[in-house]
Amino acid sequence: MRLTAKITMLIAVLAVSACTNANRFDNGAVDLNAATGNAGGILPGSASDPRSPAYFQQTVGDRVLFAVDQSSLSPEARATLDGQVQWLLTNSDYNAVIEGHADEQGTRAYNLALGARRANAVMEYLVAQGIPSNRLRFVSFGKERPIELCSEEACYAKNRRAVTIISAGLTG
Amino acid sequence: MKQFVASLLAVMVWAVSTPGVALAQNGPLRIEITEGVIEPLPYAVPDFVGETAAAQQLAQQIARVVAEDLTGTGLFREVPREAHISQITSFGSPVQFADWKAINAQALITGAVSSEGGRIVVKFRVWDVFAGTELGEGMQFAGTPDGWRRMAHKVADQVYSRITGESGYFDSRVVFVSESGPKDQRAKRLAVMDYDGANVQYLTGGNALVLAPRFSENGQRVLYTSYETGMPRVHVLEVGTVQSRILQGQDGVMSFAPRFAPNGQTVVYSLTQGSNTDIWAMDIGSGGTRQLTSAPSIETAPSYSPDGSQIVFESDRSGTQQLYVMSASGGEARRISFGQGRYSTPVWSPRGDMIAFTKQNAGRFHIGVMRTDGSEERLLTASFLDEGPTWAPNGRVIMFARETQGAQGSSSLYTVDISGRNLKRVRTPEGASDPSWGPLQ
Repeated sequence: MRLTAKITMLIAVLAVSACTNANRFDNGAVDLNAATGNAGGILPGSASDPRSPAYFQQTVGDRVLFAVDQSSLSPEARATLDGQVQWLLTNSDYNAVIEGHADEQGTRAYNLALGARRANAVMEYLVAQGIPSNRLRFVSFGKERPIELCSEEACYAKNRRAVTIISAGLTG
Repeated sequence: MKQFVASLLAVMVWAVSTPGVALAQNGPLRIEITEGVIEPLPYAVPDFVGETAAAQQLAQQIARVVAEDLTGTGLFREVPREAHISQITSFGSPVQFADWKAINAQALITGAVSSEGGRIVVKFRVWDVFAGTELGEGMQFAGTPDGWRRMAHKVADQVYSRITGESGYFDSRVVFVSESGPKDQRAKRLAVMDYDGANVQYLTGGNALVLAPRFSENGQRVLYTSYETGMPRVHVLEVGTVQSRILQGQDGVMSFAPRFAPNGQTVVYSLTQGSNTDIWAMDIGSGGTRQLTSAPSIETAPSYSPDGSQIVFESDRSGTQQLYVMSASGGEARRISFGQGRYSTPVWSPRGDMIAFTKQNAGRFHIGVMRTDGSEERLLTASFLDEGPTWAPNGRVIMFARETQGAQGSSSLYTVDISGRNLKRVRTPEGASDPSWGPLQ
């Protein structure tokens, strides 16, 4: 995820305006046409630009966590998602892909299905709060892409997640 | 260490509670593989005779692979070559049985290799030393020199089958996922290898995440899940041409956990729509699909019975993952797992009599087997993470993946007898997971 942020910033600094593969699930694919505008001293696209995906990721909060083998949203998760809703409503040029993940305690196929449940729980919440479903997609990575590597609950807790990845809007 | 002791213990407990087996001391040379062999059968395999200069080295190598195959089963024990009294210098010369009896080799395998015009011929005989007779008839295999390992496996399959009365599994291949890189950026490639880890060939490049390849009955096709399009989707690959295509490419849905029906024409897999995962079947020729389960729970990991009439799968409809059996056309399913813990990845044995599975209980993972009605459950292994059993073509051995704990954790393939004995690691060039054992060739 940190890598995605770096890439986003780098692209913004270079002010390259190529519209990359809007229809594909490229995590870092950001339509920079949408990130321009009156920034008033704020570097457009940087984490300090409230309209930037980097801001969404770092300040709004791009992820929610889940209990073991669960896909229900905690109050804390809902608060984060409410922030995501506000951002997505304000920045209607962006779409989002929600990635669901599981920790390593489980078999591969089940964890794929469990990750899908988690991503879908997020997607349904965002849609219920007014984000058009055609701006959202989801995918599960099961236990294939942990961000924390230890085999302890401290790591597992961070790996049981759904991450909302901002992508270029189809209209970019 | 603790893991090893635990699994050993489980095996021992099981071994005393079942009738063991037996080596026939009197009467014909025979191992009855009932459930586990306590005392391996001693045999000797001197270097095969190199009948042409070019075949000298292969003659030795082939005898060594035959020995690795046989000893590797845990059913046979090789009498070391240093102990041999007689030397076999000519394939046709009479066997000096007294010399082999003296070192207590109950079976003797003799062979010869010749080469001519870019081809080699391997011939062999199996002898019952104490009866002083030949066991079965001499046979020969011909092929190109680079196929020498396969010919050695064929010899070993013959020996195994003559002594146990069951078909062997040495001349077979395994398709699996070859893994490299750290846990959070693991690169995965599809690969095939001989059952013993030799002759690894890669089938995909490693750019896209790939999971859980499954051989067709004849070993010519492989189903797998790939993230090539960004979504997990079931693909099919022709092993001969290494060409692959998407089987299930429906927009906005995930498909995974595919497996062939015995007819090679139907594929079962999981499809995720919204939060719900169900099992579907597809005719690979027409692309026609049919939904086999429709529950709000997760239904996945389907596997056909060898006659194609039933499907075993896992579902968390009861609240935790359990195993169920339904007709191959779908409909009512009956739960077969009732023990402590969670059951997953069921695989029907090629003999039709058992189902292998992964079990999670009290923070440990196990590979186990049970009868198809869920009775006689037996856990074969225990570790931090054992997963995804696949059956040897003769239904006597199971291969699975074992992942080690922690940030440096990695995955390797292991085999274990269905008795729980003879746990062994399969040598692979990198990390390895998701094995699928193909047919005897």
